[in-house]
Amino acid sequence: MKVLVPVKRVIDYNVKVRVKADGSGVDLANVKMSMNPFDEIAVEEAIRLKEAGKASEVIAVSIGVKQAQETLRTALAMGADRAILVVAADDVHEDIEPLAVAKILAAIVKEEEPGLVICGKQAIDNDLNATGQMLAALTGFAQATNANTLEVDGDAAIVAREVDGGLQTIKVTLPAIVTTDLRLNEPRYASLPNIMKAKKKPLDEKTAADYGVDTAPRLEIVKTAEPAERAAGIMVGSVDELVAKLKDAGAI
Amino acid sequence: MAVLLLAEINDGALAMDATAKAVSAAQPLGEVTVLAVGSSAKDAAAEAATIAGVAKVLVAEDALYGHRLAEPTAALIVSLAGGYSHIVAPATTDAKNILPRVAALLDVMVLTDVTAVVDADTFERPVYAGNAMQTVKSKDATKVITFRTSTFDAAATGGSAALEDVAAGENPGLSEWIEDKVAESDRPELTSAGIVVSGGRGVGSEEDFAIIEKLADKLGAAVGASRAAVDSGFAPNDWQVGQTGKVVAPDLYVAVGISGAIQHLAGMKDSKIIVAINKDEEAPIFQVADFGLVADLFQAVPELTEKL
Ligand SMILES: Cc1cc2nc3c(=O)[nH]c(=O)nc-3n(C[C@H](O)[C@H](O)[C@H](O)COP(=O)(O)OP(=O)(O)OC[C@H]3O[C@@H](n4cnc5c(N)ncnc54)[C@H](O)[C@@H]3O)c2cc1C
Ligand SMILES: Cc1cc2nc3c(=O)[nH]c(=O)nc-3n(C[C@H](O)[C@H](O)[C@H](O)COP(=O)(O)OP(=O)(O)OC[C@H]3O[C@@H](n4cnc5c(N)ncnc54)[C@H](O)[C@@H]3O)c2cc1C
Repeated sequence: MKVLVPVKRVIDYNVKVRVKADGSGVDLANVKMSMNPFDEIAVEEAIRLKEAGKASEVIAVSIGVKQAQETLRTALAMGADRAILVVAADDVHEDIEPLAVAKILAAIVKEEEPGLVICGKQAIDNDLNATGQMLAALTGFAQATNANTLEVDGDAAIVAREVDGGLQTIKVTLPAIVTTDLRLNEPRYASLPNIMKAKKKPLDEKTAADYGVDTAPRLEIVKTAEPAERAAGIMVGSVDELVAKLKDAGAI
Repeated sequence: MAVLLLAEINDGALAMDATAKAVSAAQPLGEVTVLAVGSSAKDAAAEAATIAGVAKVLVAEDALYGHRLAEPTAALIVSLAGGYSHIVAPATTDAKNILPRVAALLDVMVLTDVTAVVDADTFERPVYAGNAMQTVKSKDATKVITFRTSTFDAAATGGSAALEDVAAGENPGLSEWIEDKVAESDRPELTSAGIVVSGGRGVGSEEDFAIIEKLADKLGAAVGASRAAVDSGFAPNDWQVGQTGKVVAPDLYVAVGISGAIQHLAGMKDSKIIVAINKDEEAPIFQVADFGLVADLFQAVPELTEKL
């Protein structure tokens, strides 16, 4: 069984985001970019399936600007076997919507016929939490989002999902789409020899047009603004003072 | 314009707060029809019919919809989508699982975690862990939206909408429910509680998390946690507050032993009053706190619990 892992290049989660003064978006020029943290978890899970003899090949895919190549090399250094880069934008500020990403991924699924696609549950830039579910809809596959544990058992997968009330365990028929939550695993770091080896692993370059997908956005960004600032607070010196302040404020 | 709103129902019970908040968010968009789906949904539907501003409640009660698996529920919504300009729901894990699937089946984009309605096509939503607010305009014929409940007031009750049964759809048979692990608790629900007390890595262990819970119980509060506390096993996953956990905006939020990483702030910085207790005076949490106390939590929290 092949496992397909879509990985997104996003602003590093440690970077302090700056909104551009003209309100046109967030400044992404010259900031550190990394693999979306949920996608690192997805790559790790796929590699573990291969190590356990349940997967035959791990294929990483990224859709976006040419620089997403670096993200794919990271996936290859972690242990993915090969990569597909779908160039769909020239400018780092141009992001491809989940619907278009899902359409491209659906075309790749048709070609590659993976038994499992493991996506991140959300990308930490747009926080949409949508791509996996949309891909499941377009392929007609089952979906198991927010995976806390994943166990492949013959032609099915058992997934415990992190939901509002706790955990929900479901069984999905393969092929299926799984999206990762934070506690599925702890991703490994790529070792230096593996980083060197990754440079020789195959990386195919395609375009959105190769898959016949129109990536024109359905949503127009009218404006991007800084969030409202909170008024400055005060420091209190003791628990007694804290209780008094909370009483004054009518909070308790 | 007409709105189809997926009610939040868990094991036959309506989540009134989340559903009523989504109703008030949806009201400016047109007449609101609520859809109640579940293996037992009639009681929840009757309760949803009392929410002011609801014009009609559709009831789809069938064993197929037990546990609201995404595939059959999305197929049902798509089959009903015809006359509606907007298909909406509160941004719960259930709705976030189902609505993007609906959107893709309708070949439209989804707008998740919307915090304000500007007009019928234009909405506001946070991006980058709430570090930027984006106003976006949809060009799609049908808008599929989840509303972040913490930013809307609940619609009042007192309405009496008519109920109408809808037939169950096909079973795509792709997934099957096995079990739920849900902790029973007498505490208020995290996303609708008036007060939330959260503990972080500083609390140190699952046993010591009891001091957070004692303070919460004294205040009649819900208990939350940082990701570090959940990852370390001090608290269950459904207590996580933040960018990738639950978003809360209570009247009072007490952060104990939490440093205040942006991913945590994203889930609580719209709280009315924020209290931070941390032994490190440099902790970023103090920058958003209304009242900050530099102290060892193992002394300050029991003392606070006693003096309240
Ligand atoms: C409201 C709004 C309006 C927008 N308007 C525009 C616009 O006008 N023009 C424009 O160009 N962009 C626009 N964008 C940006 C574009 O829609 C986002 O990049 C897109 O939403 C991706 O969302 P996400 O990364 O949050 O996806 P999610 O669904 O949160 O991502 C989940 C997972 O899907 C996979 N995935 C997602 N994207 C990729 C990818 N590119 N490659 C590989 N795997 C991937 C990963 O596994 C990821 O973890 C807009 C975004 C939003 C939120
Ligand atoms: C993709 C991604 C998603 C994430 N999503 C979330 C999310 O949704 N929610 C979330 O919370 N985090 C999230 N994080 C993690 C976030 O970046 C931080 O790592 C996390 O919030 C830190 O938790 P903490 O404040 O409890 O721990 P720490 O940062 O370790 O802080 C512990 C604090 O406790 C204080 N302390 C220690 N001992 C005592 C004592 N005896 N008395 C008083 N104070 C004490 C310390 O001074 C310190 O400030 C995410 C990270 C990533 C990469």
